[in-house]
Amino acid sequence: MSELLLSPEHRYAKIIEQTRNEDGSELSILNLGPTHPATHGIFQNILLMDGERILEAEPTIGYIHRAFEKIAENRPFYQVNVLTDRMNYCSSPINNMAWWMTVEKLLDIEVPKRAQYLRVIVMELARITDHLICNSILGVDTGAYTGFLYVFQFREKIYEIYEEICGARLTTNMGRIGGFEREWSPKTFELLNTFLEEFPVCWREFENLFERNRIFIDRTINVGPISAEKAIQYGFTGPNLRAAGIDYDVRVAQPYSSYEDFDFSIPVGKSGDTYDRFCVRNAEVWESLSIIRQALAKLPEGPIHANVPDYYLPPKEDVYQNMESLIYHFKIVMGEIPVPVAEIYHAVEGGNGELGFYLTTDGSRTPYRLHFRRPCFIYYQAYPEMIKGAMLSDAIVILSSLNVIAGELDA
Amino acid sequence: MALETTIIQEKLTQKFGEKVLDFCMSKDIFTFEVVPSKLHELIQTLRDDEELNFNFLTDLCGIHFPENDENHQFAVVYHLHNWIENTRIRVKTYLTADPEVMSIADLFLCANWMERETWDFYGINFVGHPQLKRILNMDEMISHPMRKEFPMEDGGRTDKDDRFFGRTIINQ
Repeated sequence: MSELLLSPEHRYAKIIEQTRNEDGSELSILNLGPTHPATHGIFQNILLMDGERILEAEPTIGYIHRAFEKIAENRPFYQVNVLTDRMNYCSSPINNMAWWMTVEKLLDIEVPKRAQYLRVIVMELARITDHLICNSILGVDTGAYTGFLYVFQFREKIYEIYEEICGARLTTNMGRIGGFEREWSPKTFELLNTFLEEFPVCWREFENLFERNRIFIDRTINVGPISAEKAIQYGFTGPNLRAAGIDYDVRVAQPYSSYEDFDFSIPVGKSGDTYDRFCVRNAEVWESLSIIRQALAKLPEGPIHANVPDYYLPPKEDVYQNMESLIYHFKIVMGEIPVPVAEIYHAVEGGNGELGFYLTTDGSRTPYRLHFRRPCFIYYQAYPEMIKGAMLSDAIVILSSLNVIAGELDA
Repeated sequence: MALETTIIQEKLTQKFGEKVLDFCMSKDIFTFEVVPSKLHELIQTLRDDEELNFNFLTDLCGIHFPENDENHQFAVVYHLHNWIENTRIRVKTYLTADPEVMSIADLFLCANWMERETWDFYGINFVGHPQLKRILNMDEMISHPMRKEFPMEDGGRTDKDDRFFGRTIINQ
């Protein structure tokens, strides 16, 4: 038994010995994570606790660091896309589209209107998935399992739409430089329309289950609040920032992919607590649905990708029969395409904040330097401050309401 | 009324003179360079000046240029954003082979982890940082893996040839 106790020389034992309560009672140190089922991802926090209350926290990150920035420096542009999938894997199409838009900005490619609208549709679907996962898991963490099971079938429906568009479900690798790889099939639109009919009913019910639920309100209101000033200081973006009352949204501030054509509002919260974050996400789902409807109604006819044969792989049948296609195919695969020397920063509104790509090129086919501005890497540093003084069970709720995705945190 | 780039340039040259240089539009973002000794003061001016008002640090990252001269071996790139006028700027500072620059973690709390990340991957020393230690790599690591001389893969591999993966002697 004595072997299980901390030896007096252990650094934790020293901390416990040195920092006592005023009345002399002992504090304890708790290691939360890295692999704990309640943290939904690989997050380690070493907590200094007084009973159930957290006094200090020290987060450790990097458990699933995969060196994407280094790998990207050794890959041609079109192969970098599969790395972006694996950052925020709850909304990978947003990351994919953001990457293509960065490359298009570098190469000055004008994407046809139809492709831009289709991109908006798929990005908003991804945003719905992201918010749906975050909010329903928040429900699970507060003890409401039903809502999660109920809405999760709609994530499945969205994945079926992805599957119809690009063949993949989770890590989508969707699109190409200049647009999409192929025209969306009629079945895609069928699935999309069914989704638009069925999902709002379910989402309304999900909202009703939670928003006025006594237990949920008690667990979330005034839990982990953050002021607007602090949120800016800590580099918050996305729903977490808007819950604190600031209406900053990249879709409006710097519209990309024709977002200026759509009419939507930015929901904001007031106190920046867990409940506000939940409500802002709920409201954003309705806005996303409205954007999808508008995009479908206004969807123009036309080509699905820009006419940039230097960067867009020709159809395989043509490569076998057509000299020109064969040449382009060869040039793209062997990396003999012209790439300007430039510096680009392109940002989109990701599922949990401003997702930015800072790209520097030197004229070769690979990025010279590619930096991912990962929103949750930046705002997760506020976590120790947010849980200070909270209960242990609140810490779990705050973590899941922040929508920190381990893949994006560690890149 | 958007914040004109000429106003930014005028204000900064008035205050810093020769210390800020190379003003240019790089695609859609106004970019300039600052000498490392003035960096902290410059960022503070950009943040606190009532007219400039760059209230948000969007991004901070390092770059390694092993082929540059000895005073331009590393760069630290700052992206700042003025949310009221909706203007972005990019500030760059070039460092020597023994890179060292003032930390701005006291101006923006979010710079804390971004600087730790830059230290971790490039070995750029941020003077005055409250807790400059590795963040994504393990503490026992000695090298700084994003430097260009650090190989991505085990050098013993013979099945992969650099010529087929983008970089040749000609296009480097």
